[in-house]
Formats: sequence, structure tokens, C-alpha cells
Amino acid sequence: MQFSESWLRSLCNPALDTDQLCHVLTMAGLEVEESRRVAAPFEHVVVARIVACEKHPDADRLRLCQVDVGTAEPLQIVCGAPNAAAGLVIPCALVGARLPGIEIRKASVRGIESSGMLCSARELGIAEDSDGLLELPADAPVGMNIREFLDLDDHLITLKLTPNRADCLSLAGLAREVSALTGAVLHLPVVAPVAPAHDDSRAVMLDAPAACSRYCGRLITGVDAAAPTPDWIRQRLDRVGIRSISAIVDVTNYVMMELGQPLHAFDNARLQGTIHVRHPHAGEELLLLNGQTVVPAADTVLIADESRALALGGVMGGENSGVTDATRDVFLESAFFAPEAIAGKARALGFSSDASYRFERGVDPGLQQTAIERATALIIEICGGSPGPVVAAISEPHLPRRAPVRLRTARAAKIIGVDLGHEKIGQLLTGLGFAPRRDGDDFIVTPPSYRFDIEIEEDLVEELVRIHGYDNIPSHPPVGRMAMMALPETRRTAMTLRRALAGRGFQETINFSFVEAGWEADFAGNTSPVTLANPIASQMGVMRSSLIGSLVNVLVTNRKRQQELVRAFEIGRVFSRDDAGHPVPGFTQPQRLAVLAAGPVAPEQWGQGTRSVDFFDLKADLEALFPPGTLSFVRTAHPALHPGRSALVQSAGGVLGIIGELHPRWALKYELGVAPVVFELDLAPLMNEPMPACREISRFPSVARDLALIVDHALPWQDLASALREAAPPIVTAIELFDVYAGKGIAEGRKSLAFKVVMQDTRRTLEDAEVENVVAAMLAAAEARFGAELRR
Amino acid sequence: METLEPNLADLVALAAAEFTAATEPAKLEEAKARYLGKDGSLTALLKGLGKLPAEERKQAGAAINKARDQVESALVARREALREATLQAQLAAEALDVTLPGRGSRPGGIHPVTRTLDRIEQLFRSIGFEVAEGPEIETDWHNFTALNTPEKHPARSMHDTFYLLDAGGKVQDDVLLRTHTSPVQIRTLLAHVEKYKHLDTLPEVRVICPGRVYRVDSDATHSPMFHQVEGLWVGENVSFADLRGVVADFLRRFFESEDLKVRFRPSFFPFTEPSAEIDVAFMSGPLEGRWLEIAGCGMVHPNVMRCGGIDPERYTGFAFGMGPDRLTMLRYGINDLRLFYEGDLRFLSQFN
Repeated sequence: MQFSESWLRSLCNPALDTDQLCHVLTMAGLEVEESRRVAAPFEHVVVARIVACEKHPDADRLRLCQVDVGTAEPLQIVCGAPNAAAGLVIPCALVGARLPGIEIRKASVRGIESSGMLCSARELGIAEDSDGLLELPADAPVGMNIREFLDLDDHLITLKLTPNRADCLSLAGLAREVSALTGAVLHLPVVAPVAPAHDDSRAVMLDAPAACSRYCGRLITGVDAAAPTPDWIRQRLDRVGIRSISAIVDVTNYVMMELGQPLHAFDNARLQGTIHVRHPHAGEELLLLNGQTVVPAADTVLIADESRALALGGVMGGENSGVTDATRDVFLESAFFAPEAIAGKARALGFSSDASYRFERGVDPGLQQTAIERATALIIEICGGSPGPVVAAISEPHLPRRAPVRLRTARAAKIIGVDLGHEKIGQLLTGLGFAPRRDGDDFIVTPPSYRFDIEIEEDLVEELVRIHGYDNIPSHPPVGRMAMMALPETRRTAMTLRRALAGRGFQETINFSFVEAGWEADFAGNTSPVTLANPIASQMGVMRSSLIGSLVNVLVTNRKRQQELVRAFEIGRVFSRDDAGHPVPGFTQPQRLAVLAAGPVAPEQWGQGTRSVDFFDLKADLEALFPPGTLSFVRTAHPALHPGRSALVQSAGGVLGIIGELHPRWALKYELGVAPVVFELDLAPLMNEPMPACREISRFPSVARDLALIVDHALPWQDLASALREAAPPIVTAIELFDVYAGKGIAEGRKSLAFKVVMQDTRRTLEDAEVENVVAAMLAAAEARFGAELRR
Repeated sequence: METLEPNLADLVALAAAEFTAATEPAKLEEAKARYLGKDGSLTALLKGLGKLPAEERKQAGAAINKARDQVESALVARREALREATLQAQLAAEALDVTLPGRGSRPGGIHPVTRTLDRIEQLFRSIGFEVAEGPEIETDWHNFTALNTPEKHPARSMHDTFYLLDAGGKVQDDVLLRTHTSPVQIRTLLAHVEKYKHLDTLPEVRVICPGRVYRVDSDATHSPMFHQVEGLWVGENVSFADLRGVVADFLRRFFESEDLKVRFRPSFFPFTEPSAEIDVAFMSGPLEGRWLEIAGCGMVHPNVMRCGGIDPERYTGFAFGMGPDRLTMLRYGINDLRLFYEGDLRFLSQFN
């Protein structure tokens, strides 16, 4: 909402300068977004009259003007404006004036002396562009400072109004607020009823009374619709950002800005019979003023006559029923539309109008009669014409009720944290124009109709604090019952996990939850992802069901920026449809951890060779997040991964996630070079850690034996290791793989796995025979289960 | 006998000189053999003792032994000196360029917004706030209706909401991507009431709810996905004055600036009343003196309390919501929000 400071000051003029006024408004919840002067500061520009105007002797396009600036002698000024003519009253910049970008000096133009410059609106900095000199009214006082004449020191103040303060969408509303905040006297325009000059009118039927409970109409006959809008209205509208259209439309807009009631003017000649305020018939069309043809939704309010729809009630007039310069008889509308009936209607049609903006936030339900009288008076003043009576169709039961609100001082003190006291509360409510009544410790308030936002006790408490000043309420340090609230020792936070990963060289990233549909297909094999109805861009169209695509994208981004070594992770939710979903039915949205490694195993550095990071490097990073020995890996097929280099990650509790090298197909498609390695795990199981348990440490020597077994090449190490473990008695404390070999000396299709078997007893020193027996038993088990042979 | 002792002294001096002249262990051992070896001169003297008369033998033996001890000490000292010289030579040869960079992998790090969230969590934990999380695909009821924002409420247009298509390709109107973390308030209150329904008086609710939120908006200061932290304190005696105290204290601790100016300005949120915007102004640095909008807050609206199953007559509470992305930008001097979500490791690794 933009308004002109001088217009506001004409209604309420507190003893504050512009900055102070803006501060008061901001601190009362009417946030000032911008405040700027109508025109940049300049001096020495005055109202002047062109007394004579001849062609320049040496230039076709220039004219030689004698200009009366209120001094004894006229000035001679050379001017190139096409509209320069004798008799015109215009702004004239005198020698010495500094206009935006120009300094005026005495000059010789094509051999003729020129002592000033006649100005356009653009040259004064009050319009973006203009054609020719700014023409001022013929009776403008010659010699007067133009700043004073055009009120150029006025400020345009833009408020960022919150939706609850629709009462401040007018100058009268703002003036009331300023008066309440500062105590300055309020001078609202006195609106006297205009006596009807004839009985002609038009009947109005409220067919949708819940949506429109009051409709005032008035016929004004014999107007001159082509009459020019007076400059003062034009200027005020301009300064609230409304373009002048025609005198009658300008008056309706002026009254809307002044009082807050949107009005509409119909050309009476284009109406037939009774006006119906109703919902649309099925499929009914309407051509709006903005050229848009709409088929309004069933709950829209239409203004219609007996033959057709005329306007979208409370939103916008129709193209074929509005006033034109040829209009003789005007039918004025001043109606109250319920906010619920208007809310969202304009937005659904893809636009917003001043009327819908106000009605959906709320308009004073008691204002319609006053507004129509005010508009009638202005129309008659400007366009002439003869007013008929005001026809008011009212549905009493549907008019908003103003129930009294009880304010308990103790309740106010409980919410605010300090007791303001009866006296102060009474003063604050009275200052707001709420006319409070005392009832014991309570106040009974029936808020005025223009404060339709006040409905409950908390609304009044807010008003009290607002006017008293938020910063005048003390700040209390928190007081509460203390209770220790440490996490269980076996519970870890996501932050611990992040730190662990960061410690292993990974950088956390945060990526959008909506991704390209293609990533879902490529990296999750998901062709029916959860899809956004209104994505911000098509490549952010679906909700991800895996974090892998996002991390691949991080790799792509960094590769473009010449980063070879990429170690990234993310903790975030993934989304899919699931009828059993919880807590939002229909969706499952668990948190996951995904990690990606690409590029060299370590940064290129002296004294160390390099190679690409591989599956087993990342596997170690994964295993580091879990207690030793709790994970198992099973080869798997996954759409994102190399089929021979991918595995399910499992624990005793089930599948935790996947790990693998990205499928070469995607490495090629996304131009990644060597395929990165990734893993993705459900976060929840990672949040639990086992409680540490203590084992006895042996004081007796340990014995180690090597056991190299030749097995089938396809046999997973994990299977052999488990079989060895099962065959080993408790004295075997470790079975460590130290070599994997295939090639010369080993038969085709076979491989050698070499283990170091460590044995130790906590009670005694082991004997050789015992040790050899253990090794033999383990070998026998491997032979029996997998046809293993001892490598010699 | 008169000649023996001076001869011995010469011999010792000679041996010491030969030892000193030996610059390698082998040469030293050769020199040792000449005096102490099987055929060495001292050994020979000792062997010759038997030929002496008995009365001289004892005295001569003592003198020779003394000389041998002296030669042996000289030998040991020389051996030690040679070992030390060898060690010194080895150490000199082994010297490193200690200025060379250390080897190994590069450390990773934590996202700057996560750092901020962690700090916020720690600050609020220190005064007894727990952390609660909620779903990001949220019901319309939790995101709007229960927060006193019924359908068509003009406040809904303050949030440009992402909606989803149902399996049939139609816009689904009962779910959305949450536009704020406030729905976690409702979930928390409902769960709290259920958990303590057996008690006459509800224990206080003190939670903060960090998480990702979504709005249809994208430029240098708006991202379609960003973060919020919601805070909620509900109890029998929680007031606007407490809200002011907690939030102002938090901001000063967060920015580690005791002279940070904090102001509360009336505003509007459907789910709080009275509502306030919180502005801060720094007393130094590039943003000195400018009021910056940093958080929204207010007393929980009675309708919201009722939707959370709580009697608003008996209990009151305050809620606040702030943008950790913006706090992070202010704290580290970042001017483009989009950097947080681009995944450029060169940017992200600066905060480690």
C-alpha cells in the first residue's frame, strides 16, 4: 500500500517529521518499506507563463519564448518542446537551478541568448517519460516555487501491510491509526447525504446473501462523463499509484483510497431491469474489463441484470457494462462482500485487483452508505448530473455481527507478563476509539465496525501491547523447572555422524529435495516418483526417492569447476508413496545418509603414488560408522550401480542400504570419467550404538599361524571367513585376511585367500599340538564346505 | 725397575695417540691389537713378568696393569667417540626438509547451515529445549488449518506453496510440502498431551524444531528449499515478556555480541497473537546500524492451542520461527543464499 504523506496529513497531522512518522508506523506493525520524496531536491524552478512564442530564426525545431516568471521583465528562453505556445503555464527552471542531471546556465543557443529552461515532468524527475512541457493550470500563480505549487516535497510512503490490517488500506484508516498512536486530532471528511433529485432507481436482489449482505445502488442521471478529472484528484491518485482513467472511474478509485470502500460504476443504459447479486449459472461466461473472458467458479459472486452477467462482484467489472465517456446515466454500486466469498477468486484467475485485495481481507461492513454518498457528491461536483435515491438491499442475518469482547485484566497480565493496570488499559482502549466499558476488573469492548479484525480477547491484548509499545514490555530471563535431559549413551545424533564423516574427508552438502525426473529413473529405477504440481522449474519436478542423484550432481558441478577429488555426503529425507505411510498417510519419508567418493584416493602429493578411490576405500568408510564385525555384504543388482560391484549392506536387523560403484552407463551419460563409488543407508539404524562391554585381556602369549586356502574364484571371502570362524574354538581371537591371489601357480578359476589365525587363552600358554589341531580343524571345515585346498 | 715406569708412561701415551689417530673402528681395533692383543706390547710385558725376580714382580705387575687399564680406558673412550661420530654422520645424512607439507588425506567438513543449526540446538538445549522433527510432505491440516489459517485465509497467499500430483495426475489438495516448521508445533503438542494425559498438570513443552521447508520462490535471497527453526514453550506461566527474554538472549549468544540491538515490532501471523517481527542491528561490521529482520514470533494463538489439545485458558505459550540460512549469511558474510545449495566444495569447505 502506497500513500502520500500530505494526503495523510490532511486527515491527521501529528507533530512528527517524515522519518519519525515512518518509525511510529513501523513500530506499530505498519511496516514502512520505502519512503521517498515525490521529486528529488532542486531549487529555482517556478511557475511561469509563456507570453510570446516565435520560431527560432536559425533552427526549425526551436522556439524563442518570452517567459513571465513573476519578475519585472520576461525572460528570453529557447525551447525545443513541440507544445510550447503562447499562453501556456509551465514550470521554468531559472539560471542557477540544478535539476536531476542538468545544471541551468545562461547559454547561447544557435546565436540567441537563453536564460533558463522550460521543463517537462521528466526533467523535474516526477515522471518516467513525458511528451513536451508539463502544462500547469491556467490559473497557477506565476512566480510561485514549483515545489510548493505541485507539493513536490510530499513523500510517497509504501507500507508492507499484514493481512489482518485491511482497515489501513485507506487514508482514513491510516489517519485513525496515526491518531491512536500519536494522539493527534483526526479530521475525517464529513460526508453529508446527497438529497435525491428524482425517484428513478433500479431494484436490487440479493440472491447470494451470504456472499453479499449489503448492496447500495444509486442512479445518477445526466452526467458529463467526459468531464476532466480535477488536478487534485488526479494528483492524489497518482501518488497512491493509481492511473487516472476518466472522471467517474477516478472518483470511485478516489473514494476507495480515501475511505476504503471499493465502488463500481455501471453505464445505466447497458443494464436491463433488476440487479441480481447471485452465483453464476453453469458455464456462464463473462468478459472482464481487462479483456479476459472467464467462466467463474460456482461459488463466485456475480453482479447481473435480468439478461446477463455484468461484473465479478468484489473483483472486477465487465467490459460491456462499465462507464465510458459517452455515458449519460451512471448506476453506482457500493456493496459489502464477505471475505470468504472473494478470497482466492482473483488469484484463481491469475490477477489481483484493488477491490478483490480489499474485500478478501475485509472492508468495513458499515461503510457502504457513506461511501456512495461521498462518491455521489464528487461526481455531481465534477460531472454534474442528478442523483436518485440510494437503494439499499440488505440481508440483516448475513451482516457480520459485532459481538462485545470481554477483556480480563488478569488474563492480559498473564499473556503479556506484566500488569498494565486498569487505568492504563482504559486509556489505551479509549485511544483506539474502542469506547470500553468497565465491568469490575474487566473491560467490555464493542469494536467499531472499521476494526473488523477485533474478535477475541487476544485481539484486544495485542492492541494493548501494540499501542503501549512492544519494546516497553520487559524482557524476562526464562524461568522453568530444570530436568536433566541427556540422550541415552547408546543413542547418537546425526551431528556425531556428520563429524565422523567429516573426519574421514567428506564434505557435507545440502541438496534440493526436488530433482529431475531423469535422476529418479537412472539412480533409483523409479519411473513413478512423487511429482510436484507446481515445480519451480521442470528439472526440479519430482521428489527424490534416493540421495544418489543429488550427490552425482554435486560431482558434476565440481567437475565443471575443475575439482577432481570429490568426497561428499548428505543427510536428508527421501520420498515415496506408501499407503501405510506415517505420520502423513500415503507417503513414506525416511531420512537417509548418502556418501560419494570420486577422483584420486588422496590429494596429489609428494612422496606418494596415486590411484583412483575404489569400492574398498569407501567400504572402509562405511564400516567405520558401525561397530566392527556387525555388517555383512551381499552382491546385489541396483539400477544406479555396476552389477558386479554393488552390494546390499546388512546387519542383524536387516538391510541397511547399498554400496557400489556407479554403473559405467551413468558415468558415461553424466560425463563423470572414472565412475564414483557411493553408498546410501537408512539413517535410523545408524542412530543406535552398542553399549561398550569389557572383555578380559590375556597375559599369556599369543600364537599366530598362516593358513592359505585355494578355493573357487567365485567364493565370497565372507562365506569362507564365516565357515572358518564357526570351526574355530574360542581361543581363536582373530582370523585376518592378509592376501588374495590368483594367477601363476594357482589353477584357472581358483584363487588363494591367506589368513593369519591368532590364538590366545586367558588362563594358560597354548601348546603346539593344540594350535596345530585348531588349524587342522579349520582347514578340514573349509575343505568340507568349499573344497578348499591348503596352498603350500 | 727404574726404567720400567717411564717406559710404561711412554707406551700409554703412544697407545692413546694411535687410538686417536684411528678414524675408523677397524683401524682402532688394529691399534688395540698392537698393545692389548695376544702379541701386543703390554701383553708381552705381562708375559715377561715371570722372568723378574719375585721382589720386583709384584710392583712391576701393578705398574703394567695400571698402564693396561689406562690403555683400555683410552680405547673405550675412543670407541665411544667413533660411535658417536658415526651416529652424528648418520643423523646428518637422515635430516629431512621439515618444511615439506604433511602427507595424507584432506579433511572434510560440515555444511555452514548445519553448523548454525547445531549452534542453535546447543544454545536452546542449554535452557532445557529438546529437538523435535516432523515430516516435509505435510498435511494441509497441520501446515495451515491447525495453525489458524483456514482455507482461503489471505495469509495463505503469504506462503507460495508447493503442491503434489496424486497418482492419477490431479493436484492433491490435502498434502503439500511444508511451508514452515510450525506444523511440528501441532505434532509436538498432540504427542505431549497424549503422553501425559494421566497427569493433572501437563509438564512444560520446550522444543525447537529445525528442518527444511519449501516455498515457490527463487532469487539471491530466496531459495525454493530453505531451513527454519521453530521454537515453542508452553506452560502455565509463559508470557510475552518471557518470549522477549529468551529470544533476545538467544540472539546475543548466537552472534556473540552483548551490544547487539534487538527490537520487537508488531506483526501478524495467523498462529500467534500478539505477533512480532524481531529485528537486530549490529554495532559494528559492514551491516552496522541497519535493522535486519531476523525472526517472527508471538504468543501461541488460542485456536492453535486447542488444535494441539491444550486448554488455552490454563496454559499459555510462545513460539518463534527463524531462518538459519539468513543467520548463517549474516554470521559469515555470505551474500547469495543459492551458494548453500549448489554443492560447490570450494565454497562449502570454507566453514570447516
